Amino acid sequence: MMLATPSQTVGPYFRLGLDELNQSDVAGVGAHSPILVQGQVLDGAAEPIPDCVIEVWQADENGEYAFINGKPNEKARAGFAGFARVPTDIDGRFQFRTVKPGRVPYIDARMQAPHALIMIGMRGLLKFLMTRLYFPDPSSAEDPVLLLVDAARRPGLIGVREGENELRWQVRTQGPGETVFFDY
Amino acid sequence: MTTDFQRGAQLALKHRPLRRAQPGAQPDYLYPPYGSSVRRAPSQPLVLLPHTLSELSGPVFGHDRVTPGAADLTAQHDGVPLGERIIVSGRVLDEDGRAIPETLIEIWQCNAAGRYAHRMDTHDAPLDPNFSGYGRVLTDKQGRYSFTTIKPGAYPWRNHPNAWRPAHVHLSLFGLAMATRLVTQMYFPGDPLLALDPIYNSTANPRARERLVSAFDLDSTRPEWALGYLFDIVLRGRDATPMEQ
Repeated sequence: MMLATPSQTVGPYFRLGLDELNQSDVAGVGAHSPILVQGQVLDGAAEPIPDCVIEVWQADENGEYAFINGKPNEKARAGFAGFARVPTDIDGRFQFRTVKPGRVPYIDARMQAPHALIMIGMRGLLKFLMTRLYFPDPSSAEDPVLLLVDAARRPGLIGVREGENELRWQVRTQGPGETVFFDY
Repeated sequence: MTTDFQRGAQLALKHRPLRRAQPGAQPDYLYPPYGSSVRRAPSQPLVLLPHTLSELSGPVFGHDRVTPGAADLTAQHDGVPLGERIIVSGRVLDEDGRAIPETLIEIWQCNAAGRYAHRMDTHDAPLDPNFSGYGRVLTDKQGRYSFTTIKPGAYPWRNHPNAWRPAHVHLSLFGLAMATRLVTQMYFPGDPLLALDPIYNSTANPRARERLVSAFDLDSTRPEWALGYLFDIVLRGRDATPMEQ
């Protein structure tokens, strides 16, 4: 067995290499109820982090991922992108357009509640952070991943509804109200 | 009719979890010698996440934007960039040596003088009007890739007094799953700055760390044209199971 190549920070200048392929529309064409997610990333001093790259990966409305094992998933909705990559702005803010995903299987018989996987890279971090954004849904009460998290910290993983078609979500990398990050 | 349970069981067999890194084989989030990690790294323990389909699937994108010219960072302008022309080639593999075919590699770097063509880079070194410093390439069916660029320069940064980054090229890859996502840096053999660089030294295991250093290669050196460097990139592999053939 070989050792994997170590991760190294994206550094301050990743936008040179990544911006051209950025996309902020997970929902794609043909989405019936698109949702705008508006987020902000703060550091340990509650200061906005203006140089993050945020990646979003989630299933479509029926719980189908757009690609599996590097191949298009024919069951996914036509036009569904399933992925977004956006930078944060000077105020640490980012946004992307998506849909509420369907439920996807867990590693046992249970199903997971609607969620998007979120990866965050930035100068100062030697590897990506992984967290999840859950969409408000009664099934989050029994989500097998949320149940792994201290009850007091679970709400930080769930987006806050603002009107019908908007979710707000704050990521705190460190300190009071620190977002839950996963060892993956 | 397939039940949820059957579906879950089938998926668990089909989508084996990825192998977890051995201690020291990857950097930690908090690494005080790298000053910016101190205020940005999580302070709470991470929550161990089983690998579900959410982590074991991932996007294929950007393939339509990988033109042949995108792999030649020296041919994006009317003129030729200054610096030492190099050809970087290698394979993208998993830890079991299996090739990752047709996967996207995004590349960025500074110019030969050590300056990024980025508005935030204020290092007092010249920009090169003939060098943008970014490109992309896809691996072929055997996981091979190659790109042409110029050797990046070293540059100062403010991490500690008289701190200089060793020459490096940034590389971004997805592999087949979000959990294999990798952004790394490729360094050059024999660089005296490596021993002093906290980012390079953030990986404790020296064998893993050496993965970050390319090898000079006469075979891929093009006579009268460019020096060749080899750099294989190894993404996480799948956990072995008794079902494995």
